[in-house]
Amino acid sequence: MYENKRLGFLFVLPFVLGVLLFKLFPFVMSFALSFTQYDLIDPPKYVGLDNYRELATADPLFRKSLGVTLLFAALAVPLRVGFALFIAHVLNFRLRGINFFRAAFYLPSILGGSIAVAVLWRFIFAKNGLVNLIMVQLGLEPIAWLADEHYSMWTIVLLFTWQFGSAMVIFLAALQNVPVSLYEAAECDGASKLQQFWSITVPLITPVIFFNLIMQMVHAFQEFNGPYMITEGGPLSSTYVLALYIYDQSFRFFNLGYGAALSWVLFALVGGLSAISFWSSKYWVFYAGEKEQRK
Amino acid sequence: MSGGDMHGPSRGDAGRPWLRYLALGLVALVMLYPLIWLVGASFKSNSEIFTEVGFWPQRFDFGAYAKGWKTSTEYTFATYFLNSFLITIPRIIVTVISCVLVAYAFARFEFWGKKILFSVMVGTMMLPLIVLRLPQYLVFRELGWLDSYLPLIVPSAFATDTFFIFMLVQFLKGIPRDMEEAAQIDGCNALQLLWHIIVPLLKPAIVSVIVFQFIWTMNDFMGPLIYLASVEKYPVSLALKMSIGATEEVEWANVIAISVVALIPSVAVFFAAQRHFIEGATSSGVKG
Repeated sequence: MYENKRLGFLFVLPFVLGVLLFKLFPFVMSFALSFTQYDLIDPPKYVGLDNYRELATADPLFRKSLGVTLLFAALAVPLRVGFALFIAHVLNFRLRGINFFRAAFYLPSILGGSIAVAVLWRFIFAKNGLVNLIMVQLGLEPIAWLADEHYSMWTIVLLFTWQFGSAMVIFLAALQNVPVSLYEAAECDGASKLQQFWSITVPLITPVIFFNLIMQMVHAFQEFNGPYMITEGGPLSSTYVLALYIYDQSFRFFNLGYGAALSWVLFALVGGLSAISFWSSKYWVFYAGEKEQRK
Repeated sequence: MSGGDMHGPSRGDAGRPWLRYLALGLVALVMLYPLIWLVGASFKSNSEIFTEVGFWPQRFDFGAYAKGWKTSTEYTFATYFLNSFLITIPRIIVTVISCVLVAYAFARFEFWGKKILFSVMVGTMMLPLIVLRLPQYLVFRELGWLDSYLPLIVPSAFATDTFFIFMLVQFLKGIPRDMEEAAQIDGCNALQLLWHIIVPLLKPAIVSVIVFQFIWTMNDFMGPLIYLASVEKYPVSLALKMSIGATEEVEWANVIAISVVALIPSVAVFFAAQRHFIEGATSSGVKG
């Protein structure tokens, strides 16, 4: 039965078709489109490398947008993954009512991507929104979070970080596989909690840290709802991420060829960074622990 | 180990649980307070919203809910919620069917190209979907599917939500094959095996798929934004966006009230399935 090759392939067929129709074909097509000028009305016109040339040399908005995207990812990914790890570590102990905390920390991730939360976030960081009300109570100067280009980035970074729950759940699963005996031994040797964390916990879960970093990076580079709803890319394009620029060029201005070229830059960026991560993982991701784990 | 003043004696950390509770409580407060405060704010007057840090309103005014629900369009939010469900429910059904079949194949069968296909699956999880948006749009335009729910539902029937396949495969790998082997000897065919043995065992993971897909589809904004043109077909996410754009002077209380309502289905589903699906996600989470 299990060796029945045709049957197995039959079951996997929907996926094969799905990949060809909705992933591979669009993927190739967007590459082809990126060498054209296309406005949805007239047929696409081949323009060679013009789109890429333009974005590389004559498009300051692209440069700005690229910088914003990189800054966003550089801030948001480590913050989200770091928080997720820290909280998972604190949660990974037998405590009464632990389920309440898990649910509480997970809830924002569940809701966070929604437009409703983006609306609410916009309002929390408004001029006299909740954050500033609290700051005034604490005797601090209120900040124009959404209107000041120096602070606007933080609102979307915080929204992203706030949703650390899904990464946290994955960390929790990994932490529960770390043998307790290792901590007990370290305890006997007089290692502090912090030392235990750095020399036992972290090395043993590097594969999962790696997984979370990659997945969250892919998410971060595509972040759209937050910048679109909360800051609308502004002020002064300070939160105008590439996803927003791609959307505008493709679906608002109908420069489909240029939009495709932009999305390929984004893809190359994510692909390149993933490749670097995979390459670097040789040096810091250890899979050895796996053998000792149960089974 | 020399006494209680040192670091907690063991893993249970019975020495100073209050410290953990304090830390967890503080973080939980920061995490949840914005949501709690907003529920309170939905009952407040506009001026109270902008002056009160506390979440308890001076008096409960349901006016914002009534006004928000009516919207400035000719439709009420009842229409938009119905639309959301018309997208979400069929999508969940086709997702579960296609992903369970594919996961079953990956976890239990040998077939030509399996390794490559599996890598393709993991690879597409990392593919930024935004690269595909534009050509997908063109394909759906060719098919005449624009301004319908088909572009939002049909791809899921082809197991395009690869995260779910991955999750189900991980889960299946953890289930021993004894029962299947026994059933096979009793003469079950592959589909009977799937239906009578695998599906019941997979239930926690399937619940996770349903919950995730429900919430993600309810949350989806860019998809409807691109594919839907007529207001009568808008789901909640687009209607919400519209409710902000419509009026110059935003009536915040109304917008907040309706945002709170928009979150209710997701929150309800989350809490109903919470135990199942945090466990499901945990036990199927990457184990190396």
